[in-house]
Amino acid sequence: MKDPLVVLSGVVKRFGTFTAVHRLDLEIAQGEFIAIMGPSGCGKTTTLRMIAGLETPSEGEVRISGQVMNDVPVHERDTPLVWQSLALFPFLNARENVEFGLRMRGVDTVERRRRAMEWLERLDIGAFAERSVDTLSGGQRQRVALARSLVTEPRILLLDEPLSALDAHLVIRMQGVLTRLQRELGITFVHVTHSQSEALAMADRIVIMSEGRVVQIGRPREIYRTPGNRFVAEFVGRNNILSGISRGDAIETALGTFPAAGLPAPGRPATLVIAADLVEISQAPRDGAIPCSLISEEFVGATVTLFLEAADGTELKVQVPERALGELNQHAGSRYHLSWPADAGHVLTET
Amino acid sequence: MSGRIATGLLLGWLLLVFVFIFAPIVASVIFSFNSDRFPTIPLGSFTTHWYDTIFADAEIGEAARNSIIVSLSTSVIATTLGFATAYTDYRYRFRFKGPYLALILLPPTIPLIIMALAMLAWLSWIGASGQLWSIIIAHSVLTAPFAMAILRLRLHQIDPDLEAAAWNLGSSEWRALRSVILPFCRPAIISAACLTAAISFDEFAVAWFVSGLNKTVPVIILEIVQGNIDPQVNAIGSLVFLTSMTLVVLAQLFFIARVGRA
Ligand SMILES: Nc1ncnc2c1ncn2[C@@H]1O[C@H](COP(=O)(O)OP(=O)(O)O)[C@@H](O)[C@H]1O
Ligand SMILES: [Mg+2]
Repeated sequence: MKDPLVVLSGVVKRFGTFTAVHRLDLEIAQGEFIAIMGPSGCGKTTTLRMIAGLETPSEGEVRISGQVMNDVPVHERDTPLVWQSLALFPFLNARENVEFGLRMRGVDTVERRRRAMEWLERLDIGAFAERSVDTLSGGQRQRVALARSLVTEPRILLLDEPLSALDAHLVIRMQGVLTRLQRELGITFVHVTHSQSEALAMADRIVIMSEGRVVQIGRPREIYRTPGNRFVAEFVGRNNILSGISRGDAIETALGTFPAAGLPAPGRPATLVIAADLVEISQAPRDGAIPCSLISEEFVGATVTLFLEAADGTELKVQVPERALGELNQHAGSRYHLSWPADAGHVLTET
Repeated sequence: MSGRIATGLLLGWLLLVFVFIFAPIVASVIFSFNSDRFPTIPLGSFTTHWYDTIFADAEIGEAARNSIIVSLSTSVIATTLGFATAYTDYRYRFRFKGPYLALILLPPTIPLIIMALAMLAWLSWIGASGQLWSIIIAHSVLTAPFAMAILRLRLHQIDPDLEAAAWNLGSSEWRALRSVILPFCRPAIISAACLTAAISFDEFAVAWFVSGLNKTVPVIILEIVQGNIDPQVNAIGSLVFLTSMTLVVLAQLFFIARVGRA
């Protein structure tokens, strides 16, 4: 990467005897929208706080624009953070909250006010400028927090799950606001989230973390379609994961032998990943299809996920469009047959 | 139906409790406006004579001035000390924090008379007895724990990210303390200042032991009462009650005040 804005090299963070982040290496480009995703407790916030200087790395180096930041105090970093709790100042009104960073930089009252109002208006909350932040709705508070962080025109914005407390319909709107802002401003966004829909929808690149380690970095489609390991295959999307043994151009699993590309040498263990939306389901038996019975189903709008069980107890998932359901006439215990095209399988060489 | 009876009984009981608590004070206020020299019923005629005499009395005026100086100074010192210790507790983790807190919160649990004697011994030993500021020192030690307790409660309500958010937006630790922690604590600071002033204004035992010639109002009251029965005491008492009550009510109002700007 040419001239990355943020570089974490060999960063370790220990709290007492507990290691929250293990030897993290990450480069973030100028103007990139990066999402750090992983289950709760995997070290996302800790990583973000190390970039902001709120935690000091136990080992390794944090560099921003080429400068080593380890010993630069928080208030001299210019790395504003949108907090999970928002952390708005309750004794200040919306406009005064936005002005805070400018006040700390000694910008005069008139200029401060002008710039704060400009940002409040840009985020469509100009009308609430003089309101106490306690009286604002979740979405409005969110916008105040964003304006407060962006008013000083930083090179980078850190976001710690800022959308996690919002109603679903507001999340989609705020996602739109965030991606639009990031494009317009051309600054780097580092967005921490445990929501894959957020990460997949917004990010240029996604960093997947698990137990303090980076387990995969890639573009959203790569992460979604070609997970690099079992953890990512389980965490992202809806995947069927079958362990087996390589037979060269096919993989032998408990459910049968399936042709696949990219397998290791014959005899070596491998894992086959088939995304649930690529699986084909029918009531009529077909050649090579796996017979299963329906256990349960999950509706998410236009897509339905069916959970089925094969004869040996292996659980399989299929995603079908809601309008295709009529033909399936499904009820618990219904029998079906599953299959997938040979090129739908993605092979993991580690098990 | 039975609910209404229960409510009625409860209200009656509450009224009784209030009468029990406030009757002596009310009596004292009534007698302070009574022309008779002795507190007997039936009452004589209405008069402000006793108030006129206390306002004319130079010694009482001096005592009032002393009391005001002492309680204002005590309030400032005790609230500052209380804030410093509460903030240390909020912000830092250190060994022996338990004992540190216990030690700071100890003074109010020591019987006042013992405290007073100890103060007298200590202040005379360091040659600081009998001054107005001797009382201020003693009262500050005595009331700081109350201020600390109030401020600690307030600091416990703060969003732990708030101070860090200020650093993140470019304020040094000192600026953040001034522009985030202090404004957040303002209602509690006012509350603590009122309460410590009220305690100091009323406090008798310690003031009597260490005051020397610089008498405060409670000390003067005792001296007057020791002499003879004098309705002036009712008048002073009523004023002291009014002052303390106002301070305590203010302290409570600010204590329960929500953050907001209102
Ligand atoms: N100040 C701290 N002291 C001790 N442990 C901490 C501290 N901060 C975080 N941790 C631990 O580090 C791990 C990672 O935390 P965090 O980065 O907040 O996770 P995430 O944001 O991914 O949910 C968790 O197990 C958490 O308990
Ligand atoms: Mg977190």
